[in-house]
Amino acid sequence: MSSSKSVTEKLDSLYEYDREPVATTHLHGPGKFLGMYAGEHIAGTEYIIGPLFVAHGVTVTDFFGGLLLGNILAVLSWAFIVAPIAVRTRLTLYWQLRKSAGPGLTAAYSLVNAIMFCFLAGSMISVSATAVGLPFGMDMPRLEDTLPTSLGWVLVVIGVGALVTILAILGFEKLARFATIASPWMVLVFVAGAIAVLPMLGVHSVDDFWRVAKEKIWTGTPFPGMTRFSFWHVAFFSWFCNLAMHIGMADMSMLRFARKWTYGFTSASGMFLGHFVAWAASGILCAAASGNVAPGPIAYLGAGVAGAVSVVIAGWTTANPTLYRAGLAFQVATPDWKRWKVTLAAGVITTIAALFPALMMKLLDFVALYGLLLMPMGAVVFADYWLFPRLGLRAGYAEVQGLAVSWPALLAWAVSLALCFVLPVELYFKALPGWFIAIATFVVAGAIQQRKDAKGAR
Amino acid sequence: MRLVLKTASMIGLALTIVPAVMVATHMLPWQTHADLMAGGMVLWFVTAPFWMKKQ
Repeated sequence: MSSSKSVTEKLDSLYEYDREPVATTHLHGPGKFLGMYAGEHIAGTEYIIGPLFVAHGVTVTDFFGGLLLGNILAVLSWAFIVAPIAVRTRLTLYWQLRKSAGPGLTAAYSLVNAIMFCFLAGSMISVSATAVGLPFGMDMPRLEDTLPTSLGWVLVVIGVGALVTILAILGFEKLARFATIASPWMVLVFVAGAIAVLPMLGVHSVDDFWRVAKEKIWTGTPFPGMTRFSFWHVAFFSWFCNLAMHIGMADMSMLRFARKWTYGFTSASGMFLGHFVAWAASGILCAAASGNVAPGPIAYLGAGVAGAVSVVIAGWTTANPTLYRAGLAFQVATPDWKRWKVTLAAGVITTIAALFPALMMKLLDFVALYGLLLMPMGAVVFADYWLFPRLGLRAGYAEVQGLAVSWPALLAWAVSLALCFVLPVELYFKALPGWFIAIATFVVAGAIQQRKDAKGAR
Repeated sequence: MRLVLKTASMIGLALTIVPAVMVATHMLPWQTHADLMAGGMVLWFVTAPFWMKKQ
């Protein structure tokens, strides 16, 4: 790449292969999406999210009711927000956002996304490390730990991080294929582990389950130092934990290959296997381990060596493509570095982040923040595609005018985030008002911009 | 051959889940369940890549 290339030119060349809308000959049927969603949402992080709900003292009815509502809302978001635009445009979010927000702002979005990817991959490396450290008798991080807990932890995290980075440098296709093979087995390991520990909790017949669930698993009493979660915390978290993917529109990249918009409903496979069954299973494992939340030990308690291996595989296979994508996005901001060098730099950042157990133990907060930061750009795409033409405004105005940065989109991003951060509600509840704020700001500012330009032209 | 591989994979999955149910119903000790799960894991990963690749 020439050093004279701008950041946006570099980004364009990286995404060159998907610049054109997907051809109709390359579309897939619903089975492909059912499998992809199921595989993607049964990750290493499921081993920590379930226990964190237990630690936050959710009651059993709030847990199952909240998950049911939140996951239904997530599926509806995929089906009614991202899928219809994905199948009409057949473009990735990158190219669609470029039309609405301009290439400069799209580059900024990609970099924020890359930083978030590094932290997400870091949490997955931490999860894997809790299983890799088991045979070495490593001291496991506890819920309240924020800093590295022992030399053993540091060495294991560095080892796992180095391996994940090397594999990401070599390319992630083979490991992605391995992840697809692992996913049917992984679901069963979650379920089997939870079933096997039921007698330890006092469940000796089906009739015992609900009583034990209320008294020993989802008790309604938070662990010391933890805030208490209600039905609404569970519902909003499960709805918005993939906010960047559905309402944030990142899954346009996947759903643009769908024959029909209704394939958005196939996300139910990931939601109900990963974000319902797996979260419930890991919550049961946590309770059986007397409140231990470290994924490795709890999986071993339920499923022995297979459980520990599943934690390593689940963390590893999801950290790897995440790190690869982060490297790809960082490449635009580096002065002509080779891909391997950028991925190595992203791997170092990720591994350093993984050393801090706070990233894993505060995963609920991090995931909520991640979605919140990226969501406004999804709102911009939504408003530009559906609302602008109906309001007599020109859609894709940044592209039409050749603007590097669409100031209405920038304003929508800045205003919605600023207002979200001052809103006196918990982090998990900020994204919903934030989406409406982003849409309203973009529409009003877009109307002002287009009227002003029209007046200037007359 | 494909049928043999698929059948072995299914046995691998069965070894992953069935012993856990037997532990829960007190028909099997935990250690045997863990050993069978490990066996099921090996069986799955040794056989599934061959037939899943073709799908």
